[in-house]
Amino acid sequence: METPISVSGLVKTFGRTRALDGLDLTVRAGEVHGFLGPNGAGKSTAIRALLGLLRTDAGTLRLLGGDPWRDAVALHRRLAYVPGDVTLWPNLSGGEVIDLLGRMRGGLDPTRRAELLDTFELDPRKKGRAYSKGNRQKVGLVAALASDAELLILDEPTSGLDPLMEEVFQHWVRRAKADGRTVLLSSHILAEVEALCDRVTIIRNGRDVETGTLTELRHLRRTSIEAELTGPVDGLGQLTGVHDLRVDGARVRFDVENAALDVALRRLTDIGVRSLVSQPPTLEELFLRHYQAEQVRS
Amino acid sequence: MTALTGTRHLVRLILRRDRVLLPIWILLLAVLPASYAGTYAELYPTAAERAAYLAGTASNPSIVALLGPVYGDSVGALTVQRAGLLTLIVALVSVLTVVRHTRTEEEAGRRELLGATVLGRYAGLTAALLVTYTANVLLGLLTAAGLVAAGLPGAGSLLFGAGVALTGITFATVGGLAAQLTESAGGARGIGLGVLGLAFALRLGGDAGGSGGTGGSAEWLSWLSPLGWAPRGRAFADERWWVLLLPVLFSAAVALVAYPVSVRRDLGAGVFPPRLGPATAGRGLTGPFGLAWRLHRGQLLGWTVGFGLLGLVLGGAADAAGDAVQGNQQVAEILARLGGTSALAEAYLGGTLSLTALAAAGYGIQAALRARAEEAAGRAEPLLATAVSRTRWLAAHLLFALLGPAVVLAVAGLATGLAYGLSVGDVGGELPRMLGAGLAQVPAVWVLSGLAALLVGWLPRFCGAAWAVLAGCLLLGQLGAVLELDQWALDVSPFTHTPQVLGDTWTATPLAVLAAVTAALLALALATFRSRDIPTL
Repeated sequence: METPISVSGLVKTFGRTRALDGLDLTVRAGEVHGFLGPNGAGKSTAIRALLGLLRTDAGTLRLLGGDPWRDAVALHRRLAYVPGDVTLWPNLSGGEVIDLLGRMRGGLDPTRRAELLDTFELDPRKKGRAYSKGNRQKVGLVAALASDAELLILDEPTSGLDPLMEEVFQHWVRRAKADGRTVLLSSHILAEVEALCDRVTIIRNGRDVETGTLTELRHLRRTSIEAELTGPVDGLGQLTGVHDLRVDGARVRFDVENAALDVALRRLTDIGVRSLVSQPPTLEELFLRHYQAEQVRS
Repeated sequence: MTALTGTRHLVRLILRRDRVLLPIWILLLAVLPASYAGTYAELYPTAAERAAYLAGTASNPSIVALLGPVYGDSVGALTVQRAGLLTLIVALVSVLTVVRHTRTEEEAGRRELLGATVLGRYAGLTAALLVTYTANVLLGLLTAAGLVAAGLPGAGSLLFGAGVALTGITFATVGGLAAQLTESAGGARGIGLGVLGLAFALRLGGDAGGSGGTGGSAEWLSWLSPLGWAPRGRAFADERWWVLLLPVLFSAAVALVAYPVSVRRDLGAGVFPPRLGPATAGRGLTGPFGLAWRLHRGQLLGWTVGFGLLGLVLGGAADAAGDAVQGNQQVAEILARLGGTSALAEAYLGGTLSLTALAAAGYGIQAALRARAEEAAGRAEPLLATAVSRTRWLAAHLLFALLGPAVVLAVAGLATGLAYGLSVGDVGGELPRMLGAGLAQVPAVWVLSGLAALLVGWLPRFCGAAWAVLAGCLLLGQLGAVLELDQWALDVSPFTHTPQVLGDTWTATPLAVLAAVTAALLALALATFRSRDIPTL
């Protein structure tokens, strides 16, 4: 089975800005792939390049076995795309837009369309100008999910959706995966990625900084420890691999690299432990670490 | 009065936002009547000449229907009639200004932002009306002052100025009511302009039968129209000041409805619920061409109707225009310069058709740039991510940039031919002849559509340049001969190459060349559009 998306060394510049700076991204058939990064990291630019909307400056780009620029029309028959900010025609109803996009892709499943409208609680008769941001987004989602496309490219598709609709969205993405479809999901909602994605690529400044399953990424990361000790706290801060140590009387809080976990715990038990809580890092923390350098600079 | 709290701040906000637009339209509209008066005094200095003009042109039923009745042959009376369409423009600007500062603000959500501050319930509507009323009063005073400066009697000048101002105020109030009715600013504008259109149609119908100051049998229709009141003040004739009470009472009545409605509805909502559309797309909406038809059809219809009416009026007036200037050497020279043929009616028709062509080019450019507007609004991207090629997407819009102007020029030609044919008793001959004359304008118009298309494809950030080119063509056409520019300078404008089909022998070669230039521009537009980033912002 061909690899739906394979990108390597992709470079795209706008004037002096390097929006993409050697991006690698591989999405395997049948997986839900998270594409994480803060605003301006290059997620949308990468997706537009994948859709053949942008000319790239360097690197190779394969989409469903073809060249996204040259074979755009043929490839687009096999994918459905939802932009991060769906804009509608003020005088067309939501239902008309869903059908129009569906027909331009080569058809959509009427049963699934009805089911989607029902579960997303979307009134298709409203005119484009009357929809809220969240409802415009739903129009784009229904149009994409009702298609039989083998690849779904979703660029921050849930911005503006309330938590209930976020659940509905996750249900439909799981269903798409169960149907054997491939999904590229760009997002900065971490819970969404944790809930849905098999693998994740983290992008910063136009370059991928990390790729792997969530488990693999956690391996590389740290554990947060919160403990109440019986003795005086000393010697912890000097240990290699211990970060952000905060001491409040007998209570300590620190992050430790998993490689140094063993040594750190030994030190704690030497002092004497009254209570201890350890947490795996949330995706949020992984994410923060990647962008910490940036935040400190700004 | 707490209901008006904050009005002062809103007024200042509106004045700040409109600090350029408002003075421009006030000044522009205020100087026009004085310039008309100056022109009449210069062209027809004696009472006898004016009487001849009144009998030949000003009383012509088409002119009276279009501009309104004329009461007497004084320079002032003729000026009042000539300014008939001016009041229509004042009304239009007033409606749009009020809607822009009420419903548009609400729709965009900016009103909500302000509503959360200390703001009375009536403040929004009051501020918009106050500014527009004041602008109209200023316009009226300046208009009167201009006419006095042009040497017209003070009383008539003041009555005319007051009529213009009150017409504006009437329609500002109508706009204020319309803004309460619908959820969308587009809908409110539609209602306001619909009322304006109805008022114009009533006045047109009421005045159509009449000639000069003698109202037609249906003159009561004009009394029903807010646009019919101001001229019936009979400025510079037997002035009837009491007529000014009509717009005052009407405005008060409309305001008395608008204010209660404005507080009984929710912020953001309208009195009429928004209309729902179909839940599924019809069979026509399957691809880029179906979509383009949906996006362009309203504009096409509007331009077609407008050009049809214009053709009827201009064609109907052609014969009279020819007669009217027969005795006036100066006017005859001007018209001959416009068209360059011997027969005056022909020169008039040729001149008006070439102006029509410039307007049609404006439509062509607008339709071509619609593609750019779609792209900039982010509506091209999702479509181009489907199995639709860039070429087909752009071609769908360009189709309307080409066929649209062709259709409206054909309609303008047919309408002109029909009206002119009726007035000279030769419909069978004039209809095809004027249709041909209208269609002969098409290739030059296409060149500008093609140029706009090329900008969309190649230099999307500089699409506005298409309008500059149109303005340049207008200047070259209107001033080129007067300024005695060299032929090569005139040749820059495609409109210079449109042959004078009327009255002359002509060849189709320039038309073929213009069409070929258009084809090249379009091919280049599609090629450059295929190879650039989308969206280019």
